[in-house]
Amino acid sequence: MHRKPKFFLITLLAATAAGFSVPALSESEVNLYSARQEALIKPLLEKFTEETGIRVNLVTGKADALLKRLESEGRNSPADVLLTVDAGRLHRAKALGVIQAIDSPVLEAAIPASYRDPEGDWWGLSLRARPIMYARDRVNPDELESYEALVQDKWRGRICIRSSDNIYNQSLVASMIASDGAAAAEQWARGLVANFARPPRGGDRDQIKAVASGQCDIAIANTYYLGHMLASTDEAEQSAAEKLAIFWPNQDGRGTHVNVSGAAVTRSARNREEAVRLIEFLSTDSAQTWYAQVNYEYPVKSGVAWSPTLTDWGTFKADQVNLEVLGELNTEAVRIMDRAGWK
Amino acid sequence: MTSPSTGISTATAGPRSRWRLPDAWTAGVVITAALLALPVLTVFSFVFYPAGEVWTHLVETVLADYVRNSLALMVGVGVGTLLMGVTCAWLTSVCDFPGRRLFEWALLLPMAIPAYIIAFTYTGMLGFEGPVQSQIREWTGWGYGDYWFPEIRSLGGAIAMLSLVLYPYVYLLARAAFLDQSVAPLEVGRTLGAGRWRSFFTIALPLARPAVIAGVSLALMETLADYGTVQYFGVSTFTTGIFRTWFGLGDGAAAAQLSAVLMSFVLVLILIELWSRRRARFHQTGTGSQRSSRVVLVGVHRWSAFLACFLPLMLGFLLPAGQLAVWAVAAAPGMVDSGFLALALNSVTLAGVAALIVLVLALFMAYGKRVRGAFMTSAAVRIAGMGYAVPGTVIAVGVMLPFARIDNAVDSWMRDGFGISTGLLLSGTVFALLFAYSVRFLAVALNSVESGLARIRPNMDHAARSLGLSPGAVLRRVHVPLMSRTLLTAGLLVFVDVLKELPATLILRPFNFNTLAVRAYELASDERLADSSPAALSIVLAGIVPVILVSRAVTGPRRSRAPAA
Repeated sequence: MHRKPKFFLITLLAATAAGFSVPALSESEVNLYSARQEALIKPLLEKFTEETGIRVNLVTGKADALLKRLESEGRNSPADVLLTVDAGRLHRAKALGVIQAIDSPVLEAAIPASYRDPEGDWWGLSLRARPIMYARDRVNPDELESYEALVQDKWRGRICIRSSDNIYNQSLVASMIASDGAAAAEQWARGLVANFARPPRGGDRDQIKAVASGQCDIAIANTYYLGHMLASTDEAEQSAAEKLAIFWPNQDGRGTHVNVSGAAVTRSARNREEAVRLIEFLSTDSAQTWYAQVNYEYPVKSGVAWSPTLTDWGTFKADQVNLEVLGELNTEAVRIMDRAGWK
Repeated sequence: MTSPSTGISTATAGPRSRWRLPDAWTAGVVITAALLALPVLTVFSFVFYPAGEVWTHLVETVLADYVRNSLALMVGVGVGTLLMGVTCAWLTSVCDFPGRRLFEWALLLPMAIPAYIIAFTYTGMLGFEGPVQSQIREWTGWGYGDYWFPEIRSLGGAIAMLSLVLYPYVYLLARAAFLDQSVAPLEVGRTLGAGRWRSFFTIALPLARPAVIAGVSLALMETLADYGTVQYFGVSTFTTGIFRTWFGLGDGAAAAQLSAVLMSFVLVLILIELWSRRRARFHQTGTGSQRSSRVVLVGVHRWSAFLACFLPLMLGFLLPAGQLAVWAVAAAPGMVDSGFLALALNSVTLAGVAALIVLVLALFMAYGKRVRGAFMTSAAVRIAGMGYAVPGTVIAVGVMLPFARIDNAVDSWMRDGFGISTGLLLSGTVFALLFAYSVRFLAVALNSVESGLARIRPNMDHAARSLGLSPGAVLRRVHVPLMSRTLLTAGLLVFVDVLKELPATLILRPFNFNTLAVRAYELASDERLADSSPAALSIVLAGIVPVILVSRAVTGPRRSRAPAA
C-alpha cells in the first residue's frame, strides 16, 4: 500500500506536464475561441483543415467568459480568431481592444456592409432572426403587425418569451430603443410584461412548446430553434413545432429584428494569415449553405441557396440598424427590463 | 472580513494558542490558505472600484428579489437535506427493515447527478408539455388553466431539485457519525428510562451534530453557488444577479460587490457553525465497535422506514436516471462517437488527479489546525474553504486574472532580459484547471477530514508525541491509518464533484480539451436534452462507482467485524 503515493505522484507530474505543453507547433495552425458550441462548428472546421491543411485548435465556451479570457491573457493570448453568436459581444470585443481590423477583399465582397464592422474589425457570418411565432389554430396572422403592437390589450395573458437574462432579448430591446427611443421602449417592455402568459422560464424551445400546448398563443423566439424542432427525431417535438407558424413583424417599418454570428481576428494573433483564411472560408458559399442546412440560420451572403425549411418560412425584411448600436445600448436595455419587471 | 494577519488569539483556551512567531506548520497552513484564497481575493479586490449608480438601480429594482430568493432557497434546501439526510442515516444505521442493505449505499446515488441535469429531466417529465400533464389533460379533457399542477420551474421546484441531489452530503456524514457512535451513551440513556425517540433527539443527534452541520453547510454552500438550476427555472438569486450585473449591465465592480454580499452569507453560515460548537468537544471514547444489535422494526414502522428511504432514492436517482437512460437509448447512435471515449477519459483523469491534490491539501490544513489550534490557522483554514460557495465562473475568473498577470510579467521580463518570449505558462493549462478545482472543492474534503480528525481523541496525539514522533510523523503513522476510510470518502466526494463541475472547466480548459460535463452542457443549454443524455448519463455512471466505494468505506467497520454478512 505504501507504494501508492509514488504512483500517484508520477501520475500527477505527468498530468501537470501534459497541461503545460502548448498545442504542437506544426507548420500551420490556427487557434479558435468559439462561443458557438462544438457540435455546430466542428464539422466546418474539419472541412477547412481538409481543404487547406491548416489545423484548427478549438476552445468553446460562453462568449463573455471567452472575452474575459482573451482580455486577461493580453498580448500573449494564443487565440487567433474569436467567434461569437451575437453582434453585442463582437462590439464589446472591439471596445476592449482585443480584436484587430483586417483587410480582406474576399470578405468585403461576400458580406454586406450592414453585417460587418465599418472598420473591418469583425465580420458577420450568419443571420439569426427573432420573429413572432403564433399558434396556427388560435391566432389569425392578420391580427399581428409589429413587436410594438404586442402590447395591445387583446394579447393579455397570451404571450410567452424567455428571461431577460438572455442576450437575444437584450438585443431585441436594444433595437426597440434604437428605433423608438428609451422612453417608448420602457413603455413597451411594461406593456409586454403585462401581457405575459406566465413568468419567463426556460429557453426559446420552451416558449415554442408552450404555444404548442396551449399555455400561450404567441412566442418570440429565434427561428433556428423552430427549425431544429421540425427536424427532430422526437415525434412529440416535431408535431409541437408544426402547430406554429412564423410571422415576420415590422415589415412595413424597420424590419424584423436580426442578430449576427460573426468572427474577428484577435489583436494577439500569431497566425494572422491562417486566421484570415479561416474567416474567409466561413464566408464561402459552401460554408454559408451549411449554416442554413444544419442550424437553420440565414446566410449573410446573398445568392446562397436556402434550405427548404428556410424557403418555407418565406422571405422577410430585416432590421438594418447598425449592430454596433445594439451593443452600445445593451446596458440600457437590461435596465429597462429590470424596471419593467421582466424577470 | 478578518484578515488572517490581524488575528491575535485571545478567545481560545490553553497555553498552545498564545501568540508567538509562526512555526513551520502555521506558516505552511497560512501560505497555502493564502494561495487558495487568491482567486476569491482577486474578485474581492474589485469591491473597491466605484460601481457608479448601478447600485441605486439594483436596489430599486431587483436586489430585494435576489435576497429573498437566495434566503428562501437556503432555508428550503437546509430543511430538505436535513430531514432526508438525517432520517435515512438514522434508519440505515440503527434499524433493520426491508431493503436496508441496499439503501445503505443506494441512498448516496443522487450525488452522482449534476443539479442542472436533474432540473432538465424533471422539467421534461413534469412540465406542462411533459408526459404526466399531457396524460392528465388527455384523460380529463382539461386545458391550460383548468387544473392546478405544481409548477416545477419555480422557487419550490429549485428547492426540491437541489435538496434531492444534495441530501447525500448530510446522509453520508451523519451516517458515518451514527456508525462511529459508541453504544455506551445510548445505553446509559436507555437505562435512565429514555425511549428510543428521546434517546435519538437527546443523545445520538447532539453527538452527531458536527457531522450533520458539516453536511448541511456543504449542501448550502453548493446551493449558493448553483447557477444552472436557478437560471433554468427563472429564479433570480445572487448567482444569476452576479452574471446579469457583470455581463448584462457591464459592471464588474458591482458584480464583485454582489459576490461579496454572497460571501457574507457564507461567513454567517460559518459563524453559526462555530457558535453551535462553541467549546464542546465531540471525541469518542470508544472505538464504536461494541454496538448492540440493530432495532428490528415491525409492522407499520417497517414499511414507513422503507418508504422514508425509498422516496429520496426514487426521486433523486431512479426517476431522473431512468429518464436519462430512455433518452440516451434513442439518442446514443448519433451522439456517441469515437471522441466520446476521450471525453470520458479526460473527465475521469481530471477528477482523479484533482481529488488527490485536494485531499493532500485538506489533510495538511486540517492537521495543521489541529496541532496549531491558534486563531490564525483556524481562520486561514476557514477562508481557504470559502471557495465552495462561490459560483464556479467567479472562481475561474479569479484564477484567470492573476495567472495571466504572472504569465505576462514573466514573459515581459524574459523578453527584456533575454529576448525570449515565454508566452503563457500557466493560463489555459490543465494546471490552472486543477488549481481552480482545489479552490472550489477544498471545503468538501476539508469538512470530512476535519470531522474525521475530530473523532480521534487528542490523547492519541499526546501519546504518539510523547513517544518522540514529530507532528508530521504522527499524521503519517497514526492519523492517516486511523482515518483511511474518511480520507477515501473525502477524496471520492471531490472526485464526483469535479466530474460534475462545469463553469470553471468551460472557461479555463486548454485547446481541444473537452469533458463529459462540457459536452452534456453544450447540448442541454441548446435545449437538446435528449442529445445531451448520453454524456449526462456517463457522468452519472462514472460517479456511481466512487459513490458505492464511499458507502463501503463508511460501512466498513461493521462489515469487517461480521465477515459472514
